[in-house]
Amino acid sequence: MDTLLQQLINGITLGAVYALVALGYTMVYGIIGLINFAHGEVVMIGTMVAFTVIVSLAGSGMPLLIVLGIGLVVSVIVCMVLGWALERVAYRPLRHAPRLTPLITAIGMSIVLQNVAMIIWGRNYITFPPMIEKIIYDIGGASFTNVQVAIVSLAAVMMVGLIYLVHRTKIGMAMRATAQNPHVASLMGVDINRVIAMAFVIGSALGAVAGCMVGSYYEIAHYQMGFMLGLKAFTAAVLGGIGNLAGAMAGGILLGVIEALGAGYIGDLTGDFLGSHYQDIFAFIVLIVVLMFRPSGLFGERTGDRA
Amino acid sequence: MLEVNGLRVSYGGIQAVRGITFHVNEGEMVALIGANGAGKSSTLRALSRLLDPAGGSVRYRGSEILALPPHRLVEQGIALVPEGRGVFPRMTCIENLRMGAYSRNDKSAVESDLEHVLGHFPRLKERAQQLAGTLSGGEQQMLAIGRALMSRPKLMLLDEPSMGLAPIMVQKIFEVIRAVAADGMTILLVEQNAKLALEVSQRGYVMESGEITVTDESNKLLADPKVRAAYLGE
Ligand SMILES: Nc1ncnc2c1ncn2[C@@H]1O[C@H](COP(=O)(O)OP(=O)(O)OP(=O)(O)O)[C@@H](O)[C@H]1O
Ligand SMILES: [Mg+2]
Repeated sequence: MDTLLQQLINGITLGAVYALVALGYTMVYGIIGLINFAHGEVVMIGTMVAFTVIVSLAGSGMPLLIVLGIGLVVSVIVCMVLGWALERVAYRPLRHAPRLTPLITAIGMSIVLQNVAMIIWGRNYITFPPMIEKIIYDIGGASFTNVQVAIVSLAAVMMVGLIYLVHRTKIGMAMRATAQNPHVASLMGVDINRVIAMAFVIGSALGAVAGCMVGSYYEIAHYQMGFMLGLKAFTAAVLGGIGNLAGAMAGGILLGVIEALGAGYIGDLTGDFLGSHYQDIFAFIVLIVVLMFRPSGLFGERTGDRA
Repeated sequence: MLEVNGLRVSYGGIQAVRGITFHVNEGEMVALIGANGAGKSSTLRALSRLLDPAGGSVRYRGSEILALPPHRLVEQGIALVPEGRGVFPRMTCIENLRMGAYSRNDKSAVESDLEHVLGHFPRLKERAQQLAGTLSGGEQQMLAIGRALMSRPKLMLLDEPSMGLAPIMVQKIFEVIRAVAADGMTILLVEQNAKLALEVSQRGYVMESGEITVTDESNKLLADPKVRAAYLGE
């Protein structure tokens, strides 16, 4: 019982992070049909930038919360610029190219960003200084920390904000219109290039926040961390139905929970043949199963596309 | 108001529009008729900048518009109702109409225009919160016209508003077009339904394999034996 509850708590924390990253994939896919494989690396850069800022401000005597806040904000800004630049430099010139071309470019950009990060931050694991004093809460035999509470609540705020933006603001309406029919949207006066850039910028901002969360949760970072995180978030987006915002949120949480439960019970299930460090296989099992049996994802089935 | 000169459109090697010249005067409704594949939609797509023409010029109120990107046309007062309607399927009727007013900043006037358009189309009013993709073809056509009106255009380009609709619905749509024209709107109407188009318009152009072959006042075209034989099924 307490394993179940504990793994649920961990799964939701992890899932909140996956969901934020998945939103970046799904927003871009929803609008231009591109899987931006470099998105995981944008998240990694977000973690790294936050790390650098926080470490260099740590000795400045500023209050802890301010330091963390500055780290988060700088990381978000850097990632927004990076997302914008990726679209502008790498993808926009290929807008009318065959679908495979931007996809390969995305993989190329992901390699470029990894190497840039390696040059800047080195090949070794970076450990975050333990700055936040962890408070542990107990419920029903399981426990969670203040960091987890912060992660889940911040993710919730970001998601509500995004839903508000997409459904209640003018730029959000332009984004939805562009996703549904870019030609007609442009006839309504929507500057498609701007909308596409916005999708990258917003997705990258969410990714940066997720990157900061990962950093503060695991207290460790590495220039290759974006690869696995990106792949899992991509799986979450596919699970929810790629292109669908609510799907990415639900898919992220669900994947986090599946993974955590899997990690919690894999020992029991395999007679201790496989340990919890095999938790990564669950994301891939989910990806394969979804692609085989329901490629449109849980929320992917669209009704009313008749035009 | 609109002067098209030597407009050419090609898709790869295929020439769909071979240097056509025509004009639309302010306050006038002009019909562009022709068989399937004549190049009517290609002409409208070039006018609305959804594709780059291979050549020619398009002057609107005295200035060249071929240099403008598509999203700048609506602020000039040009609205296209595309072939196949092009409603946003996963947006409600109201949201579709609001998209029509996307480029406008006069909020209160937008609200009153919204009421006005819904007054024109009681069917849409009943279905205000329904997703556009679940509307019938005729309702979608009304929505597409209503959406175009929401931008307060000076020139409307209509591409086959009768396409795929039952005769009753076609009558309704054309009543609306007539009413809009009676309000003083300038309209370029592309239609395969030549009879209807010529009945509501003042002048007409007949397009054949990418070229304009005949042009005259609509009632004269209606009486022209050649046009009757080729396009009115007689
Ligand atoms: N995207 C495209 N690629 C290649 N050829 C095209 C394309 N669009 C149209 N064409 C060709 O250009 C010609 C003119 O097409 P267009 O759609 O302008 O005709 P239309 O007069 O609107 O016909 P309809 O009444 O059937 O709508 C046709 O021969 C068509 O096959
Ligand atoms: Mg056509």
